[in-house]
Amino acid sequence: MMFDVTIIGAGVVGCSISRELSKYNLKTCVLEKSNDVASGTSKANSAIVHAGHDANPLTMKGKLNAIGNKMYAKLSEELDFPFKMNGSLVLCFDKEQLGDLNTLLEQGQTNGVPNLVILNGEQVRKMEPTVTKACVGALYAPTGGIVCPYEMTIAMAENAYTNGVEYKFETEVISIEKTTDKYIIKTNNETIETKVIINAAGLFSDEINNMVSQHKFEILPKRGEYVLFDKAAGDLVTKTIFQLPTKLGKGVLVTPTVDGNLLVGPDAVDAASKNDLRTTTEGINDILSNAGLSIQEPLPMNMVITSFAGNRAKNATNDFLIGEATDAKNFINVASIDSPGLTCAPSIAVMVVDIVIEKLSPEKNLKFNPIRKGIRKFREMSNEERKEIIEEIPEYGKVICRCETVTEGEIIDSIRRPLGAKTLDGVKRRTRAGMGRCQSGFCSTRVVDILSTELNIPRYEVTKSGGDSILLTGKNKESL
Amino acid sequence: MQEYDLVIIGGGPAGLAAAVSANDQGINSILIIERDDQLGGILNQCIHNGFGLHTFKEELTGPEYSKRFIDKVVALDIEYKLDTMVLDVNDDKQVTAVNTEDGILEIKAKAIILAMGCRERPRGALNIPGSRCSGIYTAGTAQKYVNVEGLMPGKEVVILGSGDIGLIMARRMTLEGAKVKACVELMPHSSGLKRNIVQCLDDFNIPLKLSHTITNIVGQDRLEGVTIAEVDEHRKPIKGTEQYIPCDTLLLSVGLLPENELSRQANVKLSRVTGGPEVDESMQTSIPGIFTCGNVLHVHDLVDNVTTESYTAGKNAADYINGIHHVGTGIEVFATAGVRYTVPQTINAENIGDGIDVRFRVGEVFKNSYVSVYFDDALEMHLKKKILTPGEMESVKLTKAIFNKYSDCKKITIKIEKE
Repeated sequence: MMFDVTIIGAGVVGCSISRELSKYNLKTCVLEKSNDVASGTSKANSAIVHAGHDANPLTMKGKLNAIGNKMYAKLSEELDFPFKMNGSLVLCFDKEQLGDLNTLLEQGQTNGVPNLVILNGEQVRKMEPTVTKACVGALYAPTGGIVCPYEMTIAMAENAYTNGVEYKFETEVISIEKTTDKYIIKTNNETIETKVIINAAGLFSDEINNMVSQHKFEILPKRGEYVLFDKAAGDLVTKTIFQLPTKLGKGVLVTPTVDGNLLVGPDAVDAASKNDLRTTTEGINDILSNAGLSIQEPLPMNMVITSFAGNRAKNATNDFLIGEATDAKNFINVASIDSPGLTCAPSIAVMVVDIVIEKLSPEKNLKFNPIRKGIRKFREMSNEERKEIIEEIPEYGKVICRCETVTEGEIIDSIRRPLGAKTLDGVKRRTRAGMGRCQSGFCSTRVVDILSTELNIPRYEVTKSGGDSILLTGKNKESL
Repeated sequence: MQEYDLVIIGGGPAGLAAAVSANDQGINSILIIERDDQLGGILNQCIHNGFGLHTFKEELTGPEYSKRFIDKVVALDIEYKLDTMVLDVNDDKQVTAVNTEDGILEIKAKAIILAMGCRERPRGALNIPGSRCSGIYTAGTAQKYVNVEGLMPGKEVVILGSGDIGLIMARRMTLEGAKVKACVELMPHSSGLKRNIVQCLDDFNIPLKLSHTITNIVGQDRLEGVTIAEVDEHRKPIKGTEQYIPCDTLLLSVGLLPENELSRQANVKLSRVTGGPEVDESMQTSIPGIFTCGNVLHVHDLVDNVTTESYTAGKNAADYINGIHHVGTGIEVFATAGVRYTVPQTINAENIGDGIDVRFRVGEVFKNSYVSVYFDDALEMHLKKKILTPGEMESVKLTKAIFNKYSDCKKITIKIEKE
């Protein structure tokens, strides 16, 4: 099978590139080693669409951030994923550091961030009354935003797929061979031939690069832990609250999520491995006490619903590594995408596709349809809309996840739609079933039943997240 | 909009008993709304025996106990809807619910009884560190798999927490062929019933590790093991006491939380201690005409207590509908000195008939102590108790005669005293 372009990795970057490529007449495929999109860094991060004042203007991060930010409003409308421009504040707690806010403001302006303004402590608290009295000033960025990163990735992938991109899951690259005019990619399943490779393998992009290029690099996973609070605590703050970095640390953020929860984190610890996603007591205590510095009231610890960790795909340069490998024609790295990688995913996609266009000169895909409709969310409907949809699809009348009010209709849709869910986590990320305060205690048995019926597999083959993550080990008394 | 005299939210033991009791008082227009596909609530998965010793003077399994009430509800022709989820309740006593047949149901009630039960505290609420692999279940979820579906969640099990469901599941998992390696409890005492510790752990040689906790969860896809450690008096792990236990399953029995999302929507005032509504002697919440009973009010150990409490709620809801319920401010019941809370929190003696059971829990273990009840400053009751533990709900019976004696009383205090 010969492809024009093969993207390795179905995270937010790979999926965004695939969707951008589907605007052209190219034979494109995406290889993903796990069984779903957004299975790595894209599923566990701060979910922030940064305004763009943090990065040095001379870096790729500085160049791509504000451009990426500007693309979100249209994308979220076309692709029907949740995004909100809620604005962000960088808090300063020390009068002597107020100058640093100015530096950030100027840097932001150079980067093309609009409407940045510096507020004094009183103005900050007027805007966000829970901010601590210790705050002496802040940089306010009205264009800062929040997004659901996995739903965005899913939306990108679904839209790319319906516009002709192939997705191959549970397909892990084992080796890559370069010939004069193409690459031969050996995977655990099949061998793929391709003219162009785009390495969007996230935490594993170093391994992919090092199969092809002599210019080797290393991804050093940096783990960040987060604590998520119940929706009942979601209105503690309305804006994303950053802290100005000090000698003591980079600071942690406190933010509402686009789904209405409250999120605090992250810390930054060298991970033991790329799969090391554990949380630690020290890490959690650390982010909670640091987050506490931003707000006046104590954090509502009785409303914590979960904690989690994600790994940043960092390398030593501290900047994105985007471009063709100098010693491997048509092998394009999109590596070392750590923060603000989520924000930049759309602008990275445009940049990478420009490189591909230059190489392959494809024609435009005149049939490209930019619109993807998400799962219709029962919880967001009026009672009139609910009545209508239950008449049309009776399964919308059966609530499966009671914490998040997710119906059977939505879960079935999540499984049946293009690139649909195959696991409990897949259903969870597409519908929010199991994301609420009981953390799937009630609905998991029911979702397992639906997955088993829809996928036509026995219940003990249903997994949490693919691989060996089985949920059930057999029947009662089997091992007696 | 449909109209009913009484809407009961939840068709578990609390809702069923309340329905029967309201019907006894002549209320015929009753609707029970149940989200599951059958009545009976959590009892349907509690296939062990030990239910009904007080109510029926015999030992029943959970499904047998609930069957007795389901049969009564059916015999009395009380209306119920299954697979129906309540989406909203407001303080005007309007209920919005959904199911596949009726679509959106809008109901106006004269009185409502909240009987939604409780849910289990999940791992996330405790911030237990470690990996997010599969194989970690609340004890109740595992119980549903094993007892209702006949499927095993795992083979080698560690249980965190010694709540009753965890203890019951230690025995069940063993009987069904799993190896239960330990039951780990953070506190120096169990939160479960003594009889469950004896019958579910001791009889099967399952070690109960008091003052221990889990400090790490290991496993890439499926759980591979947990690290446990002893804790000091501040419940912090003691360095050097860590011990790794290989296992593929971790069951959590770390507390039950009354499920009061709907109560909150109806602006019902909730107690910070129980997590359930604050109630008066009639099991009436802060919203007149909205009553509550069972685990949504406060978590019970024995279903028999749920039943008597729910009879009270049902009777008083009926009185309210019939216009014979006495309105008026009650006497405050104050919990202190070892008593964590009481239910009810206020008492209007006009509505208690011959007397009222005041239920409470203690916050720690007390040996050879007294439960004292003061009416204002007068010590009225001083009951010797060999042992009081947080795992066992206590109660005192306050008769109408006592209230008559202290007709000007402003405050009742219940506390634990040494002598």
